[in-house]
Amino acid sequence: MSGSENSKLLNLNLKIWRQAISSDEGSLKDYSVSNISSDVSFLEMVDILNQDLITKGEEPVAFDHDCREGICGSCSMVINGNPHGPDKGTATCQLHMRHFENNETITIEPFRANAFPVVKDLVVDRSAFDRIQAKGGFISVNTGNAVEANTIPISKEKADLSFAAASCIGCGACVAACKNSSASLFVAAKVSQYALLPQGEVERKKRVISMVEQMDEEGFGACSVTGACEAVCPKEISLENIARMNREYIAAKLTER
Amino acid sequence: MTTSDSKLDSKCPSGPLETRWTQHKFNMKLVNPANRRKHKIIVVGTGLAGASAAASLAEMGYDVEVISFHDSPRRAHSIAAQGGINAAKNYPNDGDSVYRLFYDTIKGGDYRARESNVYRLAEVSSNIIDQCVAQGVPFAREYGGLLSNRSFGGAQLSRTFYAAGQTGQQLLLGAYSALMRQVGLGTAKLFPKRDMMDLVVVNGHARGVICRNMVNGELETYTGDAVLLCTGGYGNVFYLSTNAKASNASAAWRAYKKGAYFANPCFTQIHPTCIPVAGEHQSKLTLMSESLRNDGRVWVPKAKGDKRKAKDIPESERDYYLERIYPSFGNLVPRDVASRNAKKVCDEGRGVGDSGLAVYLDFADSISRLGEDKVRARYGNLFQMYEKITGDNPYKTPMRIYPAVHYTMGGLWVDYNLMSNLPGLFVLGEANFSDHGANRLGASALMQGLADGYFVAPYTLANYIASTKLEKVTKDCDAAKAATNDVKERVEKLLSIKGKKSVDYFHKKLGKIMWDHCGMSRNEAGLKEAIQEIPKIKEEFWSDLAVLGSGNELNQELEKAARVADFLELGELMCRDALYRTESCGGHFREESQTPENEALRDDEKFCHSAVWEHTGKEPTLHKEELNFEFVKLSQRSYK
Repeated sequence: MSGSENSKLLNLNLKIWRQAISSDEGSLKDYSVSNISSDVSFLEMVDILNQDLITKGEEPVAFDHDCREGICGSCSMVINGNPHGPDKGTATCQLHMRHFENNETITIEPFRANAFPVVKDLVVDRSAFDRIQAKGGFISVNTGNAVEANTIPISKEKADLSFAAASCIGCGACVAACKNSSASLFVAAKVSQYALLPQGEVERKKRVISMVEQMDEEGFGACSVTGACEAVCPKEISLENIARMNREYIAAKLTER
Repeated sequence: MTTSDSKLDSKCPSGPLETRWTQHKFNMKLVNPANRRKHKIIVVGTGLAGASAAASLAEMGYDVEVISFHDSPRRAHSIAAQGGINAAKNYPNDGDSVYRLFYDTIKGGDYRARESNVYRLAEVSSNIIDQCVAQGVPFAREYGGLLSNRSFGGAQLSRTFYAAGQTGQQLLLGAYSALMRQVGLGTAKLFPKRDMMDLVVVNGHARGVICRNMVNGELETYTGDAVLLCTGGYGNVFYLSTNAKASNASAAWRAYKKGAYFANPCFTQIHPTCIPVAGEHQSKLTLMSESLRNDGRVWVPKAKGDKRKAKDIPESERDYYLERIYPSFGNLVPRDVASRNAKKVCDEGRGVGDSGLAVYLDFADSISRLGEDKVRARYGNLFQMYEKITGDNPYKTPMRIYPAVHYTMGGLWVDYNLMSNLPGLFVLGEANFSDHGANRLGASALMQGLADGYFVAPYTLANYIASTKLEKVTKDCDAAKAATNDVKERVEKLLSIKGKKSVDYFHKKLGKIMWDHCGMSRNEAGLKEAIQEIPKIKEEFWSDLAVLGSGNELNQELEKAARVADFLELGELMCRDALYRTESCGGHFREESQTPENEALRDDEKFCHSAVWEHTGKEPTLHKEELNFEFVKLSQRSYK
């Protein structure tokens, strides 16, 4: 079996971050792989490297991945300085080797932020996102409390905007790209999803205040609106959401009792 | 309902179908709200079934502990479901009803599911949509602000609710948000990065689990009054599937080895529309949602070996074979039928692409009818995903698709209460076998996962707790200690083989045997060969496996090794089940049993039952649960 018409074979030099445990220093190590088809995915290229390493009796590179369809948000990796690599609107798992040249050197590092400690190699701990979510990323409706779905009409425009914000996969690339390691795009996406819907109205003020406070507590930095987050977001979540979150936050703070 | 085996009591209620669940709910015992917090419930898995069950039970007041091998509950593979969720709302006014959804599901499953379970599923389907909307799930809407529907295979109406091609994501994030709310309130405790390695059974009751902390390798014991396995399906036994890389059967398999029965393991769904395999390093297969068959037309060239590009093949030389063979359902026949026909035309030498193992899914007609913008609005993210993976633009050239392993209808046996034969062990979602028979209809997996978690298990669990005398079980009880020792030995054994071959080597080898002999088409000789071959791979695995590193750190190869060790055993059971069932039904196609038109030919005389397997240590013992159709007349499925 073979791939697309333009497929080529690549030899690549890799510089990969190796770090045995959180408390270790860690460093970039050199590896090389050869005859990589440009049709394989970036993670399949790392799979090939790992199979080579195992055959040679060396420990394979640990990295997060799962669905490999760009939706679970597990995969991370900073590739040549870009979270999720060079292809816009694409998670690492959907990046293909056709975006790389023969004999290229590719540097692969973990997502870096104080709030995302390295667990091992390229695996980082992103549980801070869960703790932010637990502070307000929900509508308080118990199972069984719901009213008939079509009694809550929502304009298509609002529903579409809410969906666009809700499509965040929680990968943390926004944090990794930000010079301040701010989680504003992640938090703003969740705040926006609910702020745009009538169901979110009751807890609107409390939600934005609690989530923003928890973001600060986790050690994420402040937003200085460089837009680096939007540029690397695999789901292309709009920076407008941060503007909306800021508006929501100020309004909530001003009218807080 | 009658069973041919006294060990298998389905506990299905009797009486009119429409009132069974209501009556059953009334008959079940309740747990006083003040007493609920005294009962610890362990939920394993945080997909749609697990997250919805954990959230609902915590809201009710139970003390819930939630275990997930992911770093966050939001990453469970339900997140990848694309097309939609069925519900009998009848919003489009096209004649839907609870009974019709029930009927379509029974028929779609080729008459191999329990009527009572399926009716209940259809009955609660509407509540699911209400619940999700209340949670803020942003479903697709019409301009008037009301919810939008589309069609899926096996139905002649529109009952599928959706959020672009990311319905699973939105529903899972809804359930996850409900769960995280409870975590914030302290009613549910989250234990991420834990792999369930064994089930703790005390006096015949499921009372806990042993987990490996994946970050530091420690073995941890969790005990409680009931265990809910919401751990998904076992499609990854085939190595290549649309499942996520870490999706595995180990939780279910460990339960099986502790005495829980496994039902219909050979019932596997091969999804017709996936991106074809590109090469030997392929690590997984990507689904293209069934919803695409609403507007895409499936075809191959009429002539064998026609290697012209799609655009150079004139209309008169194309075979839109689904429309030709099944004029009433056309491109929207159920998945098993669509997959089998794709295989057939490829086997005839009419497949397209370099490998010849693909058919076209063509949007040209829809684009000229609706315009590119409308098609983009409906399927934009799917088209984008296709282009990223293949490098081809589906707005310009037809997609190439081929069937791939997607879902497993088989699973741990459960009764009407979703409890396995091991008291206290509840199994929800894809991990159980209960609702889809031999073939699942599109957009019904999300429906079942959420039905089980939000609207079934919370009631049936209460009944179990209220009607069972449960002694106190501590973490250092003998059963937990023994299970911990077993796990410790297993982990040490995997690490001590120090052979030459990686886990993937064995997994791929198993996958190939399964695909060749227990895939889209099965026959006696092939299955017998597989049953011979799999133990050989197993032997090689346990003597030449290389797992580097240690057990007391994050060790992804060790995690994989433990899972593949279980797949090797499960694969063999699947083949035994497929060999036993000499009829064809749904996704299980035995070449020896087909109609003159090559459709699946059931044998209701001999096989109108679920095949339920019990682990014995040697050859598994077969039990049968007879299926008793009181409301739907058994007939040869026809989508013509």
